[in-house]
Amino acid sequence: MRLGFVVSEMFIGLRRNLSMTVSVVLVTMVSLFFFGAGLLVQQQVSILKGDWYDRVQVSVFLCGEESLAQNCPEGAVTAAQRDAIRTQLTTSPLVAQVFYESQADAYENFRETADESLVANITADQLPESFRVRLTDPERYEEIRAQMLGVPGVEDVPDDRKVLGPLFSALDAATLVALGLAALMLVCTVLLVSTTIRLTAFSRRRETSIMRLVGASRLLIQLPFVLEGVVATLLGAALASGALWALVEYGLGRVGDRPDFTTRLVGTQEVLTQAMPLMFAVGFLLAVVASLISLRRWLRI
Amino acid sequence: MITFEHVSKAYGEGHRPALAEVTLQIDKGEFVFLVGPSGSGKSTFLRLVLKEEKSTGGTVEVAGRDVGRLRSWKVPALRRQIGVVFQDFRLLHDKTVFENVAFALQVLGKPRHVVAQTVPEVLALVGLEGKEKRRPHELSGGEQQRVAIARAFVNRPALLLADEPTGNLDPTTSVGIMKLLDRINRTGTTIVMATHDDDMVDQMRKRVVELRDGRVVRDEDRGVYGSNR
Ligand SMILES: Nc1ncnc2c1ncn2[C@@H]1O[C@H](COP(=O)(O)OP(=O)(O)OP(=O)(O)O)[C@@H](O)[C@H]1O
Ligand SMILES: [Mg+2]
Repeated sequence: MRLGFVVSEMFIGLRRNLSMTVSVVLVTMVSLFFFGAGLLVQQQVSILKGDWYDRVQVSVFLCGEESLAQNCPEGAVTAAQRDAIRTQLTTSPLVAQVFYESQADAYENFRETADESLVANITADQLPESFRVRLTDPERYEEIRAQMLGVPGVEDVPDDRKVLGPLFSALDAATLVALGLAALMLVCTVLLVSTTIRLTAFSRRRETSIMRLVGASRLLIQLPFVLEGVVATLLGAALASGALWALVEYGLGRVGDRPDFTTRLVGTQEVLTQAMPLMFAVGFLLAVVASLISLRRWLRI
Repeated sequence: MITFEHVSKAYGEGHRPALAEVTLQIDKGEFVFLVGPSGSGKSTFLRLVLKEEKSTGGTVEVAGRDVGRLRSWKVPALRRQIGVVFQDFRLLHDKTVFENVAFALQVLGKPRHVVAQTVPEVLALVGLEGKEKRRPHELSGGEQQRVAIARAFVNRPALLLADEPTGNLDPTTSVGIMKLLDRINRTGTTIVMATHDDDMVDQMRKRVVELRDGRVVRDEDRGVYGSNR
């Protein structure tokens, strides 16, 4: 009976302030949409990082006739040195797989990827032979690099990640901006919800004063207001989740279906498992915080 | 039922106290008129009993509880033992007569069948049979006050406070309300009624407590409204 009473009072309140309820729902929806989008961007960045790190191979270039003297004082790599390097790589716990690329292989690859005019000026002798190494843990790139750099017959172990670094920091910045915007919007939402609750409390001061007189507990007096906020923000969270899902499914989905696009994009699963639970939790928390702010001062016994 | 000992109340630093050193005892089952000029502290007295305000000195005891020391979460339990009626009725305009009275029970979590049984009983007691479905604006002032009394009494409180309940009513209607309050008093409910209605007080011949500038200046059994007019 008492629960039914609280719920019916709550719906009376929601209906009576319909325009306020709608504005709370919409603002919550927009801010939680931003928040969810920020989460998905973050998720996408980590997928990308994973993908690219997986693809990164460490290239151990060996000394050739044309190599710089400072790294290769003894000239081109000898067969013994090459075997020693191969053994060191294959026995290292950091290494998952080792491919050998001879000068001829390198020339083939070069011919396939580079410009005609360039290819004409280059002979196989001028390209270095190398070991291409796949790591067990791509994060431990620096360790293998440090181990191999001083070994006789190794000319260089270039750091490919220097290329990816700026890209990743740009993506990280984008994530931060999205989440920062979301935080700003969430602050607005808290303020709006608390103002709404305050107005509702004011418009229903007659009911609440009568409730106090007949001895209703503080919880019973305040609960309908809190519930109103919670219901409105959860409705906003539901709408935001729906919008986000539609965007991912029909917007990103179309891009991801193109055959030349190999990186996996965030999809329905991420929306369901990563974004939505947090969006609902944040929406709920937001309503509770806003209610506490406004009720503490306005609805005392 | 109510014990005031050296109770003072000032509504702010430097204000003239609304109540000053009031010592008073009201026993179970009594009917007490609280009289005095405007601003003499009658409403303040009632608010202290309800713990709507906190005294600034002395002790207030209601139904055996030290109200001044009562923790805020226990205040609702105190108020459930007290019914209150005001000059302006304080009804909910968008609820029917039945719903207005039922509100007091629902708020306390009474089950539906109790509400369905108790509300018509009380409405019959205050003489409002057949008007359950009306809304407050479809009733006369006297009938609205009967609804308010029904709401105050539906929980069978041990104490009923009335702050100028006949203040907005014509004399004939006031007599009806007065008779109703008297009838409720006869069921054993203690009643404290603040009023300016001199004819009424003179007719009823109940205990009269007169306040002036926050002090008790007269306390008579079977008294009249003005002693020195
Ligand atoms: N909330 C308040 N804040 C400040 N002063 C108040 C407040 N309520 C009452 N007072 C003052 O306290 C004094 C007593 O007021 P109270 O309302 O108790 O008088 P009253 O006897 O009920 O008067 P009336 O017959 O006009 O209803 C008055 O001087 C009034 O101005
Ligand atoms: Mg008064």
